[in-house]
Amino acid sequence: MRRLTWFNATSLTLGFAFLYLPMLILIVYSFNESKLVTVWAGFSTKWYGTLIQNDAFLDAAWVTLQVAVVSSTIATVLGTMAALVLVRAGRFYGRTLFSGMIYAPLVMPEVITGLSLLLLFIGIGLDRGILTIILAHTTFSMAFVSVVVSSRLVTFDRSLEEAALDLGCSHFDAFRLVTLPIIAPAVISGWLLAFTLSLDDLVIASFTAGPSATTLPIKIWSSIRLGVSPEINALSTIMIAIVAVGVITASLITKRASLRQQADERAAVHV
Amino acid sequence: MRRATLILLPYLWLLALFLVPFVIVLKISLSDIALAIPPYTPTLDFSAGWQGIRNFFAGLDFENFVFLTTDDLYWKAYLSSLKIASIATFCTLLVGYPIAYGMANAPDHWRPTLMMLVILPFWTSFLIRVYSWMGILSTEGYLNQLLLGMGLISEPLTILNTPVAVYIGIVYTYLPFMILPIYSALERMDGSLLEAAEDLGCSRVKAFWLITVPLSKTGIIAGCFLVFIPTIGEFVIPSLLGGSQTLMIGKVLWEEFFNNRDWPVASAVAVVLLLILIIPIVLFQRNEQKQREAEG
Amino acid sequence: MSQIAFEPWNDPNAKPLIQFKNVTKRFGEFVAIDNQSFDIYEKEFFALLGPSGCGKTTMMRMLAGFEAPTEGTILLGGQDIAPFPPNKRAVNMMFQSYALFPHLSVWDNIAFGLKRDGKSKDQIAARVEEMLKLTRLEQFARRKPHQISGGQRQRVALARSLAKAPKLLLLDEPLGALDAKLRQATQFELMDIQEKTGTTFVIVTHDQEEAMTVASRVAVMDNGKIIQADTPQVIYEAPASRYVADFIGDVNLIDGVAEARKGAQETAPAEPEAAKQAEPEAAKLSEHEAPAAASERRVPQPNARGKWLHDKLFRYILGAREDAPKQLPPPTPGESEAAATASRPDVIAPGGITIHWAEGQPPLIVSNGDPALAGQRVTLALRPEKLGISKDRPESANALKGKVIDIAYLGNLSTYHVELANGLMVKAQLANTRRVAQRDITWEDEVWISFRETAGVVLSE
Repeated sequence: MRRLTWFNATSLTLGFAFLYLPMLILIVYSFNESKLVTVWAGFSTKWYGTLIQNDAFLDAAWVTLQVAVVSSTIATVLGTMAALVLVRAGRFYGRTLFSGMIYAPLVMPEVITGLSLLLLFIGIGLDRGILTIILAHTTFSMAFVSVVVSSRLVTFDRSLEEAALDLGCSHFDAFRLVTLPIIAPAVISGWLLAFTLSLDDLVIASFTAGPSATTLPIKIWSSIRLGVSPEINALSTIMIAIVAVGVITASLITKRASLRQQADERAAVHV
Repeated sequence: MRRATLILLPYLWLLALFLVPFVIVLKISLSDIALAIPPYTPTLDFSAGWQGIRNFFAGLDFENFVFLTTDDLYWKAYLSSLKIASIATFCTLLVGYPIAYGMANAPDHWRPTLMMLVILPFWTSFLIRVYSWMGILSTEGYLNQLLLGMGLISEPLTILNTPVAVYIGIVYTYLPFMILPIYSALERMDGSLLEAAEDLGCSRVKAFWLITVPLSKTGIIAGCFLVFIPTIGEFVIPSLLGGSQTLMIGKVLWEEFFNNRDWPVASAVAVVLLLILIIPIVLFQRNEQKQREAEG
Repeated sequence: MSQIAFEPWNDPNAKPLIQFKNVTKRFGEFVAIDNQSFDIYEKEFFALLGPSGCGKTTMMRMLAGFEAPTEGTILLGGQDIAPFPPNKRAVNMMFQSYALFPHLSVWDNIAFGLKRDGKSKDQIAARVEEMLKLTRLEQFARRKPHQISGGQRQRVALARSLAKAPKLLLLDEPLGALDAKLRQATQFELMDIQEKTGTTFVIVTHDQEEAMTVASRVAVMDNGKIIQADTPQVIYEAPASRYVADFIGDVNLIDGVAEARKGAQETAPAEPEAAKQAEPEAAKLSEHEAPAAASERRVPQPNARGKWLHDKLFRYILGAREDAPKQLPPPTPGESEAAATASRPDVIAPGGITIHWAEGQPPLIVSNGDPALAGQRVTLALRPEKLGISKDRPESANALKGKVIDIAYLGNLSTYHVELANGLMVKAQLANTRRVAQRDITWEDEVWISFRETAGVVLSE
């Protein structure tokens, strides 16, 4: 058992203070009465009220959510297929190009991805709007999905699929009934990652969005360029709260599941 | 048949939405700016047949790349991006290593929680995390209020809109990318190695330098690349925190495109940026490969 | 021995279930299976035994349909199976890792294959219950694989692969993941289930003890070839090659040159009681190993006493030697003879050869060697338990002088490492019928190694 030394305790405290203080300040000042964000003038929730009445923000949030759900779903399907190809398909013509294209968006600066997609959309005369943002987000987030899924597939025991075939499954049934349920956690985390990346993205969306569709990050961007605003503080607080609840719930669920599995395994030994 | 569908669908998607756009960028970077829609020449005219294609290629040149070398804005921006990325990566390592070390040496039952605390900011909006520093670092911001209140300074410090603010922003937002690989390297380390080193006469500090640091080298290298590579093309942080003084190439590209509407030059900037990035990417891949082989 | 022995491979009219005909399998340049032809019969428990990389798993995967032969054909019930993919074959496989579907309960795992056949719900339920009963898993039906123990998982895997009532069941290292004790119990369970269901089993294993225990025939493989396929007894007692002798169990190999033996020696009739006293400990062991055979042959006192001693005394001290006798095969004629004459060291069977193995040492007398080998280089393979060790020169066909270098105490047995005059090390294994402290042979002692003229097998390679 490792003990917490003085040095480690200090570095952890300072480190997590650094990570969380800025967000904490943001949250606290979202309840500030004053319009001057740096001066505390008493507790108030009025900025949440004005935020809810701000249609522009609500519209942008709705667009963002649509884009995120659709693009992360397509990206999950394509990314999972790509992962299967990378891990399973063996050699085929153009494999190097394929894996290069899969992984390139991971390291490609967003400005370049955004610029190149915009030039494509203009080149083929596609009007910029929700559709173009979805196409762009799908393309860059499928890379992340395929990384997550392929790292699970690498450790997947192929004999499970062989057992399914041996027991009379077709290849498709073996995938549907055995492989997919087992890699499901990785596929779900891939989807969540793609979803978050899409919610989060400013740069690519700025290039590929048109006047008809503005996403929340674009909206936030245009208002914070002018400086700190209490309304944005309130919006940030809501977003942080949603993420925090999500992440904490997820980690509690996995923790309970792993505890239960441990207990089961202990019990199994004693049967 | 089944296999072909599986390969073709993502393949075609990537060809159409990744490779083709990139070829277009390359092509436009060789074109000339024009007051037209689209705002560049030449355009490929298939209706003119072979002659059209020949005219098209004849119209391409490296003028934009020559322009990039003559105007010192661009190479200064490239150099400044590299400098900022290097310094920021080093700072992130300095901040991140003790945290990763502390996590790896924390009691077992704490670790999942600590892990979650590191990952949580990663799921939080990048934009909001950068934004949160604007209120802290501004002249009348919380940091200055605190320092003035404590009597440590008599004049508010100017931090926002300087490179220092950019460093802080990068360290803050990219910290999880540094912590996680180092943590996973340190966590795998066998604690008895340090005991063995001390048993053989090392002091604790010496054992740290001779055992812990070399064994976490792969994690350090991976973390540094994970911070360095995306930082070079970073746009949001220099725009929000760096002000007009801070030159970074991502910002230059953005302004060239949106403000000057000079698409050919913006494309040329993108091509050069990518060429610069190839070196660290190849090095990073090699490091990963080596690590995989070592783990066998 | 009233039961008719199950030996379809010796019956020219028996139809094999599986026929390998000139099967070769290559992976690129590497030849995994090298032009092999052999048959497996219905209801057999056939073991493919060999070190890793010898091709045994490839053999099994070709039967299951996960690999196709590069050349040659495999027939199942007279039909070429090449056109049938794994999901269309009446062959099921039990995987080494068990490959239990972690997201399905024990019940659903067993029902998995039946559901693919589109059977009715009632049929499936009935068959699953039957399988659960067969493998004694009724109370675990609703559990997930991670909620049961390793031995239970192994039984689920078996139940799942048997549920579709395959013509042939393939078992890939089925007991590899179990600890030694559980493995032994499970071996008998496997044999029991094989007998009950009447299914043909083909098992792949690298564990020779396991193969010997469960199989009706064992095929010893090396480098893509079957070196010898025979019953466990024959494999052990009459290995066809040095490789097989060395691979199965412990063996002493003595190289030399053969010479035909001249004339037969006449012997006096048996004098059991007298012989008993002069007997080195080796004789006791061989009686001990084959008490049934010995008593059948009416070799009097010592055997009965030995058996009594074992039943009343040794089994409590040494733990169960019970299993071994139960599974011991019927003795081969040579074995019975050896047992019968074991107590008569003065009687040396006629014929055979002598082997000159070292300068200045008396040649070894081997009555079961083929005189046609005269003049050739041969190897005499001797199992350690067939050697006797004593301080005084025993009255035995072969007695060699040596020095005790090492003694390994294994509980029920001790192994003596003895260096012979020419530096050759041999191992002799004796049952620890006395407490160690009372043992008179110890390190550095000059001893005699003795063995009968029929104790070894002559290998010419």
